[in-house]
Amino acid sequence: MAAKKLNMKDKYKMLTRDLDWEFSYQDRKEAFPYEEYEGIKITDWSKWEDPFRLTMDAYWKYQAEKEKKLYAIFDAFAQNNGHLNISDPRYVNALKVFLGGVTPVEYQAYQGFAHVGRQFGGVGARVACQMQSIDELRHVQTQIHAMSHYNKFFDGLHNWNGMQDKVWYMSVPTSFFHDARSSGPFEFLLAISFSFEYVLTNLLFVPFMSGAAYNGDMATVTFGFSSQSDEARHMTLGLEVIKFLLEQHEDNVPIVQKWVDKWFWRGTRVLGIVSMMMDYMLPNKVMSWREAWEIYFEQAGGALFKDLARYGIKPPKYVDIATAQMDHMSHQTWWNFYNFGEAAGFHTWIPSDKELDWLSEKYPQTFDKYYRPRWELAKKMEAEGKRFYSKGLPQLCNTCQVAMINTEVDDPTMLVYRSTEYKGEKYHFCSDGCHDIFVDEPEKFVQSWLPVHQILQGNCGGADLETVMREYYGMDVGVDNLDMKGSPDELRWKEWKSA
Amino acid sequence: MSVEIKMATLEPVRHTFTQIAKRFGDKPASRYQEATYDIQAVTNFHYKPSWDPQHNLNDASRTAIQMADWYVLKDPRQFYYATYVASRARMQDNAENNYSFFEKRQLAERLSDEVKNKLIRLLVPLRHVEHTANLNNIYGVSVGFGTALTQALVYEGMDRLGIAQYLSRIGLILDGNTGTALEQAKQAWMEDSTWQRMRALCEELLVQKDWFEVLIAQDLVMDTLTADLYYRQFDCWLADQQAHDVTMLLEFMQEWQKDRDRWLDSTLKLVASESDSNRQQLLQWANHWSGKVAEALAPIAMELIDGDALSRSMDALATRLNKLGIK
Ligand SMILES: [Fe+2]
Ligand SMILES: [Fe+2]
Ligand SMILES: [Zn+2]
Repeated sequence: MAAKKLNMKDKYKMLTRDLDWEFSYQDRKEAFPYEEYEGIKITDWSKWEDPFRLTMDAYWKYQAEKEKKLYAIFDAFAQNNGHLNISDPRYVNALKVFLGGVTPVEYQAYQGFAHVGRQFGGVGARVACQMQSIDELRHVQTQIHAMSHYNKFFDGLHNWNGMQDKVWYMSVPTSFFHDARSSGPFEFLLAISFSFEYVLTNLLFVPFMSGAAYNGDMATVTFGFSSQSDEARHMTLGLEVIKFLLEQHEDNVPIVQKWVDKWFWRGTRVLGIVSMMMDYMLPNKVMSWREAWEIYFEQAGGALFKDLARYGIKPPKYVDIATAQMDHMSHQTWWNFYNFGEAAGFHTWIPSDKELDWLSEKYPQTFDKYYRPRWELAKKMEAEGKRFYSKGLPQLCNTCQVAMINTEVDDPTMLVYRSTEYKGEKYHFCSDGCHDIFVDEPEKFVQSWLPVHQILQGNCGGADLETVMREYYGMDVGVDNLDMKGSPDELRWKEWKSA
Repeated sequence: MSVEIKMATLEPVRHTFTQIAKRFGDKPASRYQEATYDIQAVTNFHYKPSWDPQHNLNDASRTAIQMADWYVLKDPRQFYYATYVASRARMQDNAENNYSFFEKRQLAERLSDEVKNKLIRLLVPLRHVEHTANLNNIYGVSVGFGTALTQALVYEGMDRLGIAQYLSRIGLILDGNTGTALEQAKQAWMEDSTWQRMRALCEELLVQKDWFEVLIAQDLVMDTLTADLYYRQFDCWLADQQAHDVTMLLEFMQEWQKDRDRWLDSTLKLVASESDSNRQQLLQWANHWSGKVAEALAPIAMELIDGDALSRSMDALATRLNKLGIK
C-alpha cells in the first residue's frame, strides 16, 4: 500500500503538537505555573497557529548549511586580514558598540526564550520559542566569532562580556532585556517577539548590515545576512503571538495595548545608539537614521498597526513624539558620547566637513539650526588644541537609563525633565513615556541599577572615574577611550596602510 | 615584496578577548572557548524576576549543587552552535537515508503483527517521555548557570525534540501516514496500565524545582535505564524476531546516546568530585529517582522483554553511577 501524503500542517501536528497530553497525576498549573498572573486569558492553546513548521531534522540541516558557509567566510576573512579592506578605521567603533550592546542582549534572548520555551502550556508556542532560544545562542556565538579577528587588531572589543552589566551606557540595552526577562511570559514575548523583533529589529539589521557592506566589512555583512532567515522566523512568531493573544479573549486587549505602548517606547530609547551608529559611525553612509525610521518603522509599522486595528489595538502611545524626535536623536546621542568620550569604551570624533554637509542635507529642519554650530565650535577648539571632555558622567533616566539628553518637541533647546515621587524618593525621567512606565510599575523601576548613582555610592570599586573604568569596567584607559585622533587604533591603521 | 612587508607588520595586538586570556593566557583561543567562557552576565541585575522574586535573573543558587566555577564543566565534544548543528546534520542525513530506505522498500509490511504491535504499544509512546526530556533540559537552560553547561543543555533539549519526532515518524511509517498508530500509541500512553506509572513519573518530573535534580532524574537515571532497555535489550530482541530492519530506525538514538553520554559523564564526574556535599546530593537524588524510575519501568520492561530485563538495566545504572563517583 502506498503511504498517504501528509500536508505540512497535519504532519507537524502529528510529529510535534501531539507530543503533549492532558495531565492526570499532577496539576498542570504546577508544571506551567506562570500563565495566569499577568491577567492574560488563554482559553484554548490548540488555536495557536504555528508560525513556521520546522521539524528538528530540517532545522539541523538548514542551519548547518548556513553555518558552513558563514564560517568559510570567517576563515577567509582572518586569513586574508580582511580588516584591512574596511573603509576607514573609525568604522570599527560601530563594531565595538555592536559587540558590547547587541551581543549580550542576544544572550539574554537565548535565556528568555528558553524560559518561555519551558513555561508556556501550549506545545506549539513552546517549541517555537525553544527554536528561537537556540537561534539566539547562534547569534551570540557567530557575532563573537565575527568580531574575534577584529579584536586581535583593534582596541575596545576585548572586554565586551566583562562590561555588559557594568558600564554606564550599556545599562540601556541590558536593562531593557532585564525588564523583559523579569516580566511574565506573555509580556516577555510581546516585548521581544513583537515590539523588538517585529517592529524594531529591521531597523538594526537591515540598515546597519547594509552599512557594514558599504564599509567593506565582509565578516559582519555575512553574519548579518546569515541571521536574516532566523530573524524572519522570529518576526512571524512575534506576529502570531500578538494575534493569538488578541483572539483568545477580549480582556487581553487592554493588557496587550499597555505592553505595546510600554515596549514601543522602551524600544525607541534603545535605538538611540543605533541612530548614532547609522548617522555618525558609518564612514560610508547608506541612508540616514531618519530615512531608515521612515521606511522600516513608519511604513512597515504603519501597515502593521492598520492590520491590528480590527482587534481594537491602537498605534503605540507617543509614536508622534518619537517620530518628531528622530530628527534629533542621533545628533544628541553622538554629541553626548563626544562630550563624555573620556568615559566611553570606544573612540569618538568630530564628523568631517563632508559628513557635516551630509547631515545638513539629510536633516534640513534641525541640523544646521541646532547641531552644526556645536560641531563648528568643537572643530575650532580642537584646531586650537583644546579638544574638550565633560568631566564625570551624565545623569540617567530612571526608566530607560539613557542620559538625560532628550529635548522637548516644541522647543529643541529645552531638555525634557520629568520626575515623580514614590515613597518619599524622587525619580527623574527623560520623557513622558519613561515617566508613565515608571508610574505604572514603580515597584519594578525603583530597583533600577543606575550605573552613575552606583559609582557615587561607592559600589563600583572607587570614587574616581578612572579607577572605576580601569578596575571595575576593565577598560584599557587611554587606549580604548578618548578621541579617534591620536588613538592607537588610528596609528596602527596608518602603519598598516603605509607599509 | 610589498605584500610580505604588510604581513610582517600585521602583528596582532592581542590574541583573544580579555576574559578568555584571564583563564587561558593571551594566546590564540579556540572557537569553543571564545563562544563559551564567561559570556553569561553575572552581576547588577536590575529587577527581580516577577516569577521568582527570591532570586536574581541569573542566579547560581537555584540548585543545591555548588560549584566554585561553573565553567569547569566544559563539553568534551567542544560543541558550540556551529559544531553542534554540523554533527546533528550528519546524523540526520544518515537517519534520513535509513528512514527512506525503510519506507521505499516497504519494510514495515514484512514485520510480524507481534512486532508491529509491540512497536506501536511500547516504543512509539516513548515519544512522550522524550517530550518530557525536552522540557526538562530546556528548564536547565532557562534557570541553570554558566554557558558551558546551559549550551550543552539547549543542544540536548533540541535533540530530545528531534528524537520525539523520529519516534513519531516510526508510528507514521507503521500506519502508512494515517496517524492511527500514533493515536493507538497515545491511547496506550493515556490509558494503558503498562504506561500509567511512567506517565505519572513524567508529570512528576515536570513539577520539580531544582534544575540539577531534574537533570539527574531525567538525563542520568531515566535515560540510562530506558536506553539500556530500548536501545540495547529491545534491539537484541528485534534481531531475534528477524526484525533487524527496525534497528535502522533506532540507529540515530543509539548514536546520539553515545555522544550525549560522553558529555554527561564528563560533567557529572566533575560535579561529583567538586565536593563531598555535591557527591552526597547527587547520590541522594540518584537513589531517590532510580527507585521511582524502576517502578515506572517495571511493567514496560516486562512486556517489552521479560521479567529480568529491568534488573539488567538496573545493573547498568549501578555500574555507571559507580564509574561517575556517585557513591
Ligand atoms: Fe538574534
Ligand atoms: Fe531574533
Ligand atoms: Zn527614559
